[in-house]
Amino acid sequence: MRHLRHAMTIAGKDLRSEFRGKEGINAAFSFSLVMLLIFSFAFDPTAPETRSIAGGLLWIVFTFAGALILNRSFARDVPNDCLDALIASPVEGWSLFLGKATASFLLLIGIETVCLPVFAVFYDISLVPVLGQLALVMVLGTWALTVVGTAFGALTVNVRLREIMLPMLLYPVMIPALVAAMEITAHLFDSGFTAVDGNWLRYLVGFDVIYTALAVALIDLVLVA
Amino acid sequence: MTAVAVSGVWKYFGDFPALRDISLEVPAGSCLALLGRNGAGKTTLLRILAGFSKPAKGTVTLQGHEPRAVPARRQIGYIGHGISVWDELSATENLRLFASLYDVDPARIPRWLERVGLGRVQDGLVREFSRGMRQRLAIARAFLHDPNLLLLDEPFTSLDDRAIALLQSVLREARERGAAVVMSTHQLREALELASDVALLQKGKLAHAGPRTAEMVADPAWLYRQHGEA
Repeated sequence: MRHLRHAMTIAGKDLRSEFRGKEGINAAFSFSLVMLLIFSFAFDPTAPETRSIAGGLLWIVFTFAGALILNRSFARDVPNDCLDALIASPVEGWSLFLGKATASFLLLIGIETVCLPVFAVFYDISLVPVLGQLALVMVLGTWALTVVGTAFGALTVNVRLREIMLPMLLYPVMIPALVAAMEITAHLFDSGFTAVDGNWLRYLVGFDVIYTALAVALIDLVLVA
Repeated sequence: MTAVAVSGVWKYFGDFPALRDISLEVPAGSCLALLGRNGAGKTTLLRILAGFSKPAKGTVTLQGHEPRAVPARRQIGYIGHGISVWDELSATENLRLFASLYDVDPARIPRWLERVGLGRVQDGLVREFSRGMRQRLAIARAFLHDPNLLLLDEPFTSLDDRAIALLQSVLREARERGAAVVMSTHQLREALELASDVALLQKGKLAHAGPRTAEMVADPAWLYRQHGEA
């Protein structure tokens, strides 16, 4: 219980810091809107082909915007050597990781929730009939992005050009989860949830479970050189 | 009781040995001033003691625990080169965070804020604080949980007079209740006033370890000269 309380304390601190500074939120939100706008000009929103790739476009936006939030996860604690104080404190590495991942996850879900109606308007897609399934995919896909991004965020926190290093490490590892999330989302917008999507969903759950377990088990090795 | 035991510690950065076979002990209630020129290995040793870094060879125990063990970390108060408080949080929020992480009664927070002279600005964001105020908040942060082992890396560097006096005062109190202090420093005069023991590092090797002597207090550079450093 104490470890979960520590994780929530870290998450609360990160969310409070982010809402006061707004560096990550502003960047990710404006970037998402610009990307959605550009895509809406690049692809004819009324064309049937666009509907079949809409899921992919949406996840490209979420993934790129996600990197802006995830880059800040551990980097937020670099000024004033705050990360040292967290590592020296009696907080287990996995509590620290879960706290940071939770904060990033909530920030990303918030940005995605605001962007989704904008996307629906630009691409003339009705979200209401698929809202439940879409929410489930967003939660699973965003957790996958968060858990891998937070782990690599810890790894790259002291690296020069970490803003470039994180996407370079994150995106290749994320491909399986992204493929699953894109497939399900595209089907939801096109023909609805199918039996094949059930397999993709299980695949996404498996990815989340495996990478969360790996990150929790290995985070101490990343934090202590 | 031994607060810190370091035995045969080596640390490499690439092929370069930053620490070479360091062995020393710090008893509870004592204050070790870790001296040495830039690059001698003081910060590297302190970072190993604080659990930020692992030695390549050798062992370190803090009150019988390895440094990354939670019981050891619960006893450590660490002040590094940075102040380790968040600019986007208020003074109270910063201390509340650490009180939660160290499972400390939050009722201590107002007392510490008064002690370091920040009671009137307790809800002000740290980014609006002067340098001196931030340093005093960092002292409150490090001492909030009554640590039994204080690891201080250049604690007096760039502190204003008020913060130096405050730090010296809380360090004396900590020692009186049996806490051990290990501090690396170039500020010889301030450090030797507090220290009971002195260790000198030269190029990663322990050149001297022993009690502070009258010669050291009278002439802070005396130890350096004894070991061939002007």
